[in-house]
Order: sequence, then structure tokens, then C-alpha cells
Amino acid sequence: MAMTEGANRYLPDYSSHPVQHHFSPYSDNGGSIVSIAGDDFVVIGSDTRLSSGFSIHTREQSKLFQVSNSTVLGSTGCWCDTLTLTRLVEARMKMYEHSHNKVMSTPAIAQMLSTMMYYKRFFPYYVSNVLAGLDTEGKGCVFSYDPIGHFSRSDYRAGGSAGALLQPLLDNQIGLKNQEGVTAAPIPLKRAVAILKDVFISAAERDIYTGDGIEIKIITKDGVRTESFGLRKD
Amino acid sequence: MSILTYNGGAIVAMKGDNCVAIASDLRFGVQAQTLALDFEKVFPMGPHLYLGLPGLATDTLTVRDRLKFRLNLYELRESRKIHPKTFSALVSNMLYERRFGPYFVEPVIAGLDPVTFEPYVCNMDLIGCINEPEDFVVAGSCTEQLYGMCEALWEPNLKPDDLFETCSQAIVNAFDRDAVSGWGAIVHIIEKDKITSRKIKTRMD
Amino acid sequence: MASVLLAENQEPGFSFENCRRNAFLAKKGNALPKATKTGTTIVGIIFKDGVILGADTRATEDTIVSDKNCSKIHYLAKNMYCCGAGTAADTEVTTQMICSQLELHRLSTNRDIVPVVTACKFLKQMLFRYQGHIGAALVLGGVDNTGPHLYSIHPHGSSDKLPYTTMGSGSLAAMAVFEAGWKPELTEEEGKLLVRNAIAAGIFNDLGSGSNIDICVIRRGSVDYIRPYETANLKGEKQMSYSFKKGTTAVLDVKTVPIIIEDVVVHHTGEAAVESMDTSS
Repeated sequence: MAMTEGANRYLPDYSSHPVQHHFSPYSDNGGSIVSIAGDDFVVIGSDTRLSSGFSIHTREQSKLFQVSNSTVLGSTGCWCDTLTLTRLVEARMKMYEHSHNKVMSTPAIAQMLSTMMYYKRFFPYYVSNVLAGLDTEGKGCVFSYDPIGHFSRSDYRAGGSAGALLQPLLDNQIGLKNQEGVTAAPIPLKRAVAILKDVFISAAERDIYTGDGIEIKIITKDGVRTESFGLRKD
Repeated sequence: MSILTYNGGAIVAMKGDNCVAIASDLRFGVQAQTLALDFEKVFPMGPHLYLGLPGLATDTLTVRDRLKFRLNLYELRESRKIHPKTFSALVSNMLYERRFGPYFVEPVIAGLDPVTFEPYVCNMDLIGCINEPEDFVVAGSCTEQLYGMCEALWEPNLKPDDLFETCSQAIVNAFDRDAVSGWGAIVHIIEKDKITSRKIKTRMD
Repeated sequence: MASVLLAENQEPGFSFENCRRNAFLAKKGNALPKATKTGTTIVGIIFKDGVILGADTRATEDTIVSDKNCSKIHYLAKNMYCCGAGTAADTEVTTQMICSQLELHRLSTNRDIVPVVTACKFLKQMLFRYQGHIGAALVLGGVDNTGPHLYSIHPHGSSDKLPYTTMGSGSLAAMAVFEAGWKPELTEEEGKLLVRNAIAAGIFNDLGSGSNIDICVIRRGSVDYIRPYETANLKGEKQMSYSFKKGTTAVLDVKTVPIIIEDVVVHHTGEAAVESMDTSS
């Protein structure tokens, strides 16, 4: 009988095609990171909302990981990948310390992180990383990554779900882009923290994955200090 | 790639103190290839009324012409200038008529009321859902960047000159982080007694 | 008069002139853009003297908030309001159309108020006709001569008549509040608080819902539309101002067009001179 043969053997009132099911190994848990470097400090902040789909898992999840006394790694994206990656970074830091009897410098950690990400070239960690710290001369530095290990050093960087909202304001206010009659001067710590809070306030207004609060880590030669700041909770 | 970003383009409109600003970039491209640097996406629809139409360039022009026709008909029949709010209802109706086969444009309307000179801005999605906020509206291929800029830069009761600076800085810095818009911009400041249109200097890459 | 210029009969209803082109563009691999969704929490309950409707005020385009204070409780008739969730343009236009149909119905049937069930029927018949392609999920509430009524109507045209109901992406959060707190014969104050709590649950626990709480109380013969009922979320206080010095933006070319009013003529028309409305087209 024609009904039972070929591709049309399914009755039209019922599901007409076989459905192939997939397992997706990745999820997007949202979150944003901003980091700004100065002459002798660097600040890095992340929002504290962990979400998936339209629901919030927690309102107080820090996405900043202190890997040494002068380096903090911010990581968002697929949260399970973030956890695995940061745990591996910590382990590699310890191994380095035990075999070389010194703590890795920020640029060295940056290079190591790139290698670790590229090692997973064909099954990448689905994360957006921003690494902030002081370099060997005590200057602030910020490294940003793509998911497979490309990285570049800059003075300021935004990443994560609201990266596109945050970055142009940093270009304008810290990079002083498109402004006539302004002279570049080293940015003071107070201004860097104020801008960081303001860009997050803006992002929380418009990005549904950014909100609840921000955690800010301020890295100077004296160590790492933590501040927090509230955002809207809807 | 979405059809709305096929040709690229960015538009922002802001309310100020008895004035409104509307700005657009000038690029016309086909995906990554830039073809022209003088493609304005904001059109005057009356002495105090401007319409921005970012999206698919062919529809930008078609919708502009169709709306101009409907607008002329309205003004002939009524013998008076259209109110911005009425005009946005007209645009919305035309777009929703094509609910199941839309034009790929996301209109922005900025203007002053012809009687009270009250500032008005609004935007819509491609099937005509109107959004009339108190502060600013954005549209085009870099809305995320524009939202980030405007949320930080905009403040209430800006004077025309300050509004120009704020609006220009918002659009220029936003489209610098977008590959398919930019290449020059034009900013119109609409006041009760004059319109000031400024072409501004931007990166050309 | 206008028919000299325009086509004799402008086709009513939807225009499908772009459909073939758009389908072709889609086939070429250009993703069709998404329309604004309300991404909503909308609720309704019946209380002692009538109906209370509630809604949040956020509209989203994918993961970006496109409207922070939109109105989702739509007017249908003086005794009926309707909350809309789903595609924002669809809820807006559907309620507007049914609103005018109800008024025409009221006039042609010589009634003071139209029964709520009539509005429900109009809405579901329209939505069913479009087979779910009009993406409107509605909560309809009103009071008529037979008392308070509350309906929820789904995009395909099915409806339920319920004492309390929720819809939209935050419906589960809101329903949790109702299941715990709703009981028959609530007072108005209890009812408003319950609706407020339900919307707040949606706003804070569902990312698609946010901003403020709107409430509409419909009693026999009176309506309180409270917008906003509560400003649940304020914008954060900025640390500094980002105003620019004059001349910050480099200007290449300035063109100023003055708008000069050369002549003002005011015609005063007596009652005899009042023109009748042009109804020729």
C-alpha cells in the first residue's frame, strides 16, 4: 500500500517526520566582565548573576578567580567550562611554583592560558576570558581571549554577554576615542572604578543576563582588594 | 547573517530640552563590502519631523517613498501638518499590514509636535510595534553598542549643543565597534525655529 | 474625493506582496529577523467585587530589553481589559481590532455593556482563523451583568474560563504565588497584594519580565487602571556625568535651515461653516 511506503508513510495528522535528537554539550550561563588597567593598578569587575535560559540560578556568583597575588582571571560563558578551566589553571600555577620556586608573572599566566585553551581547539572551552594583573614592571595589564586561545594585551576590555554594550563606552571614556581636544593622561584608580560601575549600570538596564550586583577586584602592589556594588535585580 | 544587517546601518534619536536629535551613519554596503559613503538613512517628512529607516536598503527606499505618499495624502486631506504620534501610527499600520511578509526596516521617528513643540521620539520593530520612551531610541545593526553608549551618556534636559555632542559621541563610538556601519555620520538637531544638520568626522575603516 | 488619487478599493486585511521575495531571501541563507516579544508575566484573578489584572512592563528583542516601560494591559471596553503576551505587535493590534469590533457590536445590539464572553469569542475566533500565526496569548478580564469573568486565550484560539490565571514566560513563577495564596471571595486589598506579589515573582525570577508592575482593577461600574502600581526596579545611580565639552566631536560640515513662519491666518468658522467629514474613500 502506498501509505506504508516511502517517505510519506506517516499519517498526516501525526508527526510526519522522524525527529533526530541532539545532545548539546554547551550551555550559556551569561555574565559580563570589565577590566581597566592603570599605571600601577588594575581593576576587574564582573556581575554576579548566574543564569540559563530565562531563569536565574543564583544572584551571588563571583566570576573572578584570584590565581596569584597580582593576577585575577575573569571567566564567563559555559559555567562548567569556567569551573574546569580555572581549576586546571590553579593546578598548573601550583606545579609551576613547586618546580621553579617562584610565582608565575601575569604575562606568563596569559601565555599559559592561551596554550591551555588552544589545546582544546576542536572541543573548546566555551568561555570568554579576561585576565587582569600587574606585569613584571608593576604596570597594570589586561589580556582578553577568544574561546580557542587567541589573546591580546590591552589597557581596557569588556567581555561576556554584555561585552558589546560595554566596550564602546570604554573606547570613548578610557581610550578617549573620537574626542577632539583631549590629552591622554594616566587614568586614576577612582575614575576607573567609577566608569566600571557606570558601564555595568548601563548594561544591567538592557542586557537581561547582566544584573543583581558586581564584584570588583582592585589589584595594586599591596595585593588584591574586593568591593561589591548592587545592580537591578529584574 | 540576518537580512537586517545585510546592508548595515545605525540610527539613534534622543530627546533634549525642547529639541530632538536624530543621527544616522552614511555607509551603504553589501555584507562586508562597502559601496557608498553617502547613504543617508534619515529622511525629512516635514519641517519638524524626521524618519530613520535602517535595515535592508531596498526596503529603506521603498518604505520611504510609500510613507511620503501616504503622508502627502494625509496632509492634503487634513490641510494641516501631521503630528509625530499620528505619523508613527501611520508607519505602524503600514508595517503591520505586511505582518506575514514584512519590509526589513526598523523605523525611528523623531520630531517636535507642530502645535506644542513637544519633543517626540519612537522606534518600532519590523512589524510595527511602537516603543515611545522618555529618553532615546536606537535601531540598526549595532543596537547593542548603541544601547550601551546611550544608557551611559544620555541625561535629561540637554540643550541643543550638548545634545549634539552626546548624540554624536554615542553613535560614533557605537558604530566603531560594528563592521557593517559607520563611514561618516550625519546628525540633525531639530529645534522650534531651525534644523541644524552636521556631518561629523569619523573613522573611515 | 480621495478616490480620484487612490485606487478605488484599497485591499483590506493583510498584504502578502513581499512574501515570495522574503521566502527567496530566506532560502538564500539570510536569517529572517525576529520581532519584539513581550517576554512577559501577565496575570488575572477574580475577587469579591470583580476582576484584577496585572502585568510587568518589559519588552525584549532576544536578550536585549527594547522597552523598559511598555503597557501590556489593553483597553477593550469600559468594562473589559485584556493583558497581552507574545509577539508585541500582535497583542497590540489584536486588542485594538477587537476593541473597535466590540464597540460596533455594542452599538448594533443597543446594549449598555457587552458581555465578556462576547469579547472572548471574538478574540478566539480571530486567533483560530490565523492558526496560531498571530502570536498573541491573552488574559481577558471584565465585569458584565452576570458578574466578573476571567479568560485566558492561547495563540491557536483555545480558551479557559478560570478564577485565576497567568500567562507569558513568567507564568510559572506567578502561578506559584496564586496557587499558594488565592482563595474565593478575596477583598480588593488582598487581591491587589496577591496580584502584585505574582507579578513581582515574575519580574525577579524570570529574565524575560522586568521593570514595573501595572495593575487594573475592574469592578461593576468602575475601573482603576494603576500604571505604575509599583516601580519595582529603579535605574542605578550613575557615579559621574558624561557630558562633553562643546567641540568634542569634529564637525566637517554644518547646514542650518531656519523655519520661518511668514504668515499666520486664522479662520474663524461659525456653526454654519463647519465642514462635514470627508467620507468619500
